[in-house]
Amino acid sequence: MKKRLPLILVLVTGIFGAVTYFVPHHSIQAVDESVRNDVMRIIAAFSLVLGLGSILQHHFNKIQRKAQNWQYSWITVITIFVTGVIGLFGGIDLAHPGVLPTHIGGFSFHMQTLYMNMMVPLGATMFSMLAFFMASAAYRAFRARSFSATLLLAAAFVLMLGAVPLGRMIFHPLPSFAEWILAVPNTAAKRGINFGIQLGILATSLKILLGVERGWLGGG
Amino acid sequence: MALSCIVALLLSSLAPPGNVAARDVPNDGGSNILVTWTASPDTSLVGYQVLRQAKGGTTWDILTLAGRRATSFVDQAAQNGIKYQYKIIAESNTESAEAPVSGYAVAKPQWFNFDNVPALIGSGILSFILLYFINRARRDRNLFIRRISGLDAVDEALGRATEMGRPTLYVPGLSSINDVATIASLNILGEVAKKTARFGTPLIVPNTDPIVYTVAREIVKESYTSVGRPDAFTQDIVFFVTDVQFAYAAAVDGIMTREKPATNFLIGMFFAESLILAETGAATGAVQIAGTDAVSQLPFFITACDYTLIGEELYAASAYLSREPLLLGGIKGQDYSKVLFVVIIVVGTLLALVAGLPVLKYL
Repeated sequence: MKKRLPLILVLVTGIFGAVTYFVPHHSIQAVDESVRNDVMRIIAAFSLVLGLGSILQHHFNKIQRKAQNWQYSWITVITIFVTGVIGLFGGIDLAHPGVLPTHIGGFSFHMQTLYMNMMVPLGATMFSMLAFFMASAAYRAFRARSFSATLLLAAAFVLMLGAVPLGRMIFHPLPSFAEWILAVPNTAAKRGINFGIQLGILATSLKILLGVERGWLGGG
Repeated sequence: MALSCIVALLLSSLAPPGNVAARDVPNDGGSNILVTWTASPDTSLVGYQVLRQAKGGTTWDILTLAGRRATSFVDQAAQNGIKYQYKIIAESNTESAEAPVSGYAVAKPQWFNFDNVPALIGSGILSFILLYFINRARRDRNLFIRRISGLDAVDEALGRATEMGRPTLYVPGLSSINDVATIASLNILGEVAKKTARFGTPLIVPNTDPIVYTVAREIVKESYTSVGRPDAFTQDIVFFVTDVQFAYAAAVDGIMTREKPATNFLIGMFFAESLILAETGAATGAVQIAGTDAVSQLPFFITACDYTLIGEELYAASAYLSREPLLLGGIKGQDYSKVLFVVIIVVGTLLALVAGLPVLKYL
């Protein structure tokens, strides 16, 4: 029953999902919308509690075992509690204050302030590292070690040169040629991959619906 | 007042629009009526006022002021089952001209979307091919499946981690369980977990989605149990990190640099963080096997990882690793479906070429 019930649920909801694509009637669409929005939201709320439990348990274990760099786990645990308390009782911003006084003079540490002044810049810092990683990856990719790598190098060179005014100055049709590389061979390759992906999605969905693929149940 | 309006209309030199018609929008869930008209030839026009009146009503409701090039409007606020008629008034800066009122139209919800018939036929044919090969695999258990080097390397990569006494890191992507790529990744995780349980290699599975975390934990637990190693499963193997994209990338980078996994699996749906993860993994010297159906992230993985499962290979991986005949039948079906696609494309291209030949004009 532990294996059969999920399979029955998947079969019923999967067939219903496919039916909603072909039946536009509002009675069916309303049920679909309710399942997608309300039911999924309720499940997500429960799983968030499990997620929170997981992260706390993981870090408490590290602290308990005095694992490598266990001190940092305290920072995570304390941050979770402080953010939780501010989120629940401290208010969103100055215009929407909570029951706790979350500003000292002109310095606010409301939820919105924490988000805008800590989460956003930290995220932006990680994102900006992409530029450096891209440079190192490009160096590795553009070493002409094989025919494919040489072809990649040549295509990249043409594209880069075609995107700047210097390219047009060197050879007038270069920007058009660069555009052609993007629009024709590049798009053709992408579409080929996409055909395979859509077939893979169809095959995986069908196998899951029929209970042939049970890896998601833990190896069946 | 009414008399002055009639006089103003009679004296108007603005040409009115013509042929105002209203009909139910087909293949929808109801509440939509399409109103069409032919444009007024007047160049001084600024737009058309669209008005609606329910049967038995006495007033006209203004719905919108359509642009001067508009010749149609979809009334999306019609109540199903109620008869409506529509009026179009051409407007210039100084004058207005009214077209004859449309006939009555009723919005009705439909039970079948005929626009999706080609999708139904296409999925039916492909499903038939897939089911045929899955069924054939029940009888012929020795189906030939082409080699996928990225998946052949899994055993070698896990063996390396075991020999080095280092953990294996498995990142199941950054998408939710709604994504088929995530489900495919979880299927692969089940097979990888069985192997790490057998080899006694530590496994680390950080998650960014709480639902994916819950499913991944159950999968790994079941896999450890299925190979007779339930004792080796601990709560620390699969854990939730955060659902914030770059915070997750930072956490996984931290795991890579601190724990120094010998093998990294980056399989599932990835976004802008793909290169950050793959380059950090490459810098730590780990063998990296990546797989995604995000076409824009594939070049990054191909550049920074040792093996990359491109698109459909991601969906074939679970079957390939488990060598389960029924699942392998699905891969065979996928391959034959691709042959069908190629044939359709070639025939379609030839027909399009032939149709464009000038000689056809003389036939």
